Amino acid sequence: MKWLPEREWLGKREWRAMADPVFDNNPILLQMLGICSALAVTTKMDKALVLGVSVIVVAGLASLVVSLIRKITPHTIRIIVQLAIISSLVIVVDQVLKAYLYEISLELSVFVGLIITNCLILGRTEGFAMQNPPWISFIDGIGNGLGYAVLLLIVGFVRELLGSGRLFGYPVLTPVNEGGWYTPAGMFLLAPAAFFIIAAIIWALRAWKPEQQEKD
Amino acid sequence: MLEHYLNLAIRAMFVENMALVFFLGICSFLAVSRKVETALGLGIAVVFVETLTVPLNNLLLNHLLAEGALGRLHPGFADVDLTFLSFIVFISTIAATVQIVEMVLDRHFPALHMSLGVFLPLIAVNCAILGGSLFMSERDYDFVESVVFGFGAGFGFLLAIVALAAIRERLTYSNPPAGLRGLGITFVSVGLMSIGFLMFSGIQL
Repeated sequence: MKWLPEREWLGKREWRAMADPVFDNNPILLQMLGICSALAVTTKMDKALVLGVSVIVVAGLASLVVSLIRKITPHTIRIIVQLAIISSLVIVVDQVLKAYLYEISLELSVFVGLIITNCLILGRTEGFAMQNPPWISFIDGIGNGLGYAVLLLIVGFVRELLGSGRLFGYPVLTPVNEGGWYTPAGMFLLAPAAFFIIAAIIWALRAWKPEQQEKD
Repeated sequence: MLEHYLNLAIRAMFVENMALVFFLGICSFLAVSRKVETALGLGIAVVFVETLTVPLNNLLLNHLLAEGALGRLHPGFADVDLTFLSFIVFISTIAATVQIVEMVLDRHFPALHMSLGVFLPLIAVNCAILGGSLFMSERDYDFVESVVFGFGAGFGFLLAIVALAAIRERLTYSNPPAGLRGLGITFVSVGLMSIGFLMFSGIQL
């Protein structure tokens, strides 16, 4: 690795940029970014996982590219430039999913394309990558993507387990109609349950960290 | 025939409400719903832009990107399939439309621009708008269907955001637990509204 400059690649600052968005400063729960596409795909863990990983990849790479060209991007058209970069990356992700995970890409339907308008990604490229060097921007993008993916997986876990008694498609609580004891609560697969679960997570998080509570 | 279009519009407005059933545009749905007046402004802007961009993207998709659409220009292009570019074309159309609408309003309808102006840039990255175009391409709507669908989807969003804003204005006087204050209680109310909209599922005219 001679061609890499001598420096600390994963120092304290990088770890903070990666871990902060997951717990202390979760982009979804605190800043309300990127919730749009987050909820519709959480009826099953595998859908949530695939979308979460896609968002991590796009967020990391988009921040990296935007940061690399931040000094030559004209200020007036920066949003369009960022959107073009993000949508090119999403096209790549979409084609890869269609090639290797065709079944899941059908179930995700429009939500892969909606990564483009995920405010989380545009928020990080505009708010962080435009002012910071490439490596830390990349880490920041990955970290925020992780914060998003973790929340998606938590919601997916609750919804799939209670809604159909399965995790990743494998029966965990055997449903009644397959000879088990668990009566699936179909409510959890419907839209309202996602809103209630998010509300409960917000409540739990703010009870644990009172400094995040809103005052009005 | 008319029945078909009416059915499509009702479905887009209520049964498949963008915000409450597909969770699209939730970011601005939550951020701009503190007051009924601003919510109405954003809602109208969404209806406007969605009714314009979905048919526009439909034309682009069918006459530029679809397989064989370029064959008219040159026989050699007859088997060119550019549909994989649809994401970038859709988002560019939306961004450009928003920009043009803003300029036209600024020049010719200053009063309207004053009230809608701040929301227009927000709309370029509203998931409900891009979602409308993506649903259009996934479900293979023709031109008239896409006009109806675009309007219906936008109008459903308008209804939902105005209703939520009205509820949130009342919520100011409530006294929820400290951890639920603000965002938490808003999500609970949105969930309850979503249950209400579930009642529409299965409606066919």
